[in-house]
Amino acid sequence: MSQPIPRGTRDILPEEMRELRAIERALGELFDARGYGEVGTPSIEYHDVLELGEGREGSGGYRFFDESGAALALRSDMTIPIARLAASRLAGAQAPLRLRYSGSIYRPVRPQRGQMRELRQVGVELIGAEAPAGTVELIELLVGALDAVGLDRAVVGLGDADLFRQLLDEFEVAGSARDRILVCLEAHDLVAIEAEAGDLAELGEAERMAIVALSSLRGGAEVLERARMIGGEAVERASSRLAATYEGLEAAGIAGRVQLDLGLLRDLGYYTGAILEVYDPALGHILGGGGRYDDLLGRFGRPMPAAGFALYLERLHLAQAEEERLSKQAASSHQQAASGDGRGS
Amino acid sequence: MNPASVQAATPREAGGPLRLALPRGSLFEPCLDMLDRAGFATAEPRGDSRALIFDLGELSVVTVRPSDVPTYVEAGAADLGITGKDVLIEQSDRAVYELADLGFGRCRMVLAARAGSDQLGEAERRLGSMRIATKYPRTADAFFEAAGRQAEVIEVKGSVELAPLVGLADGIVDLVDTGRTLADNGLEVVDEISVCTARLLANRVAHKLRVDEIDAMVERLREAAA
Repeated sequence: MSQPIPRGTRDILPEEMRELRAIERALGELFDARGYGEVGTPSIEYHDVLELGEGREGSGGYRFFDESGAALALRSDMTIPIARLAASRLAGAQAPLRLRYSGSIYRPVRPQRGQMRELRQVGVELIGAEAPAGTVELIELLVGALDAVGLDRAVVGLGDADLFRQLLDEFEVAGSARDRILVCLEAHDLVAIEAEAGDLAELGEAERMAIVALSSLRGGAEVLERARMIGGEAVERASSRLAATYEGLEAAGIAGRVQLDLGLLRDLGYYTGAILEVYDPALGHILGGGGRYDDLLGRFGRPMPAAGFALYLERLHLAQAEEERLSKQAASSHQQAASGDGRGS
Repeated sequence: MNPASVQAATPREAGGPLRLALPRGSLFEPCLDMLDRAGFATAEPRGDSRALIFDLGELSVVTVRPSDVPTYVEAGAADLGITGKDVLIEQSDRAVYELADLGFGRCRMVLAARAGSDQLGEAERRLGSMRIATKYPRTADAFFEAAGRQAEVIEVKGSVELAPLVGLADGIVDLVDTGRTLADNGLEVVDEISVCTARLLANRVAHKLRVDEIDAMVERLREAAA
């Protein structure tokens, strides 16, 4: 009789494991070559420590108690444990710290959604390097990582985590209304944003239009011009930050792989400034993400600017498989066309 | 590839026409009317063909159950989709972008009970809790929780109106258009939970990677819906 495993977890058999390890190895070699040393942290941490990093309550999904009654939790991302490690174990090390990791994280799921409780992440943290240079180094490495696993069509979305927080401050929207609008923006629920914003006395027609327009602005450098036309101090500051990063990306010759996206928001509590998401045209899901977390190290007692990204190992694998399938399909239809011309081999 | 490994992938060509998931059922006609006004030829999907995929030139249309639309869009099997807000409220954890309120298909999500009876109130007073039959268990749970009332929500798949008539439940939470079905079964609206219209959804990755096509199509559909 077959015994079950928890929903949202899975076993890996040799053929798949070989391919997953090949991806891990390709990424690891690239990160090593760029001076990122591998670290490991425990899967379980003190709940208070993770919550301190998250900067808000209710982080993580799996909590339990040890023999002495202390609350433990399974890590729900790798950045917080590594920030803790950097602030304590590596407190004496010379910044910038370049660290890489490969490990499992644990997230709660809704039943029957095909969501995974355990996800394998491969990523890096660059600690002690300021924006924009540190951000540019990170995005360059990210693009290199995507190329190293054959995903040369993948695109990096680049946004600014502070844009809407500062914009709502500028519009003097505070308290629960501010939180509700940020939740709508993060979900990109434009209908709800219009409804929430329409109900607020603080927001006039122009402010409401600005929020909706900004949340849909995505594309190349022209996006920043269009953003500046919408106006306001928060927009100007975010545009300047993004422009400085984008200039560095152009100089590095990788701006073509990066899409500016003013509507980008990520739901983790520690991001400041630049935030990243990774997309591949062959897959309907996000491959990974990251960003700057300039305040996180300070919460662990060693204030330093920092940034990082994480890629979902299984999704990289899925995207690889899809890209291979598509290119085989294209090759065979090309061959058919060629043999139709009487020039086929 | 193991299909259970991560949520479904998108097995299709990049660069083809945008794929739009349309809901079969009461929203289907108004959706096709909107596509007509947007300049698409909809004779084929209107016909009695059993086909599920239709080529409308700049759009490829797939027809699915209304409650399946978010599933297809979330996985990227469709770039865009249209379904009722009732479906989106029930599946509020879906990672899809809700881009526009198309305005048509207006219905109300209501709490209803037998007309002229105080069955709900009596159950609440004497038993501390109501039994509520619904096709929308999460919507019902959220409504009663927000109202601070106790209810035992019983999920049924169809003919919800029957439940209070035969003693399965004290009341129902259901989507109501004209209210005729309620009246025919001797039920009346006790409370309105929300007003639901057709919404236009987009897959997150398609929204990021096919910017100009998506933005132009959304504008075109939004104008045709107005």
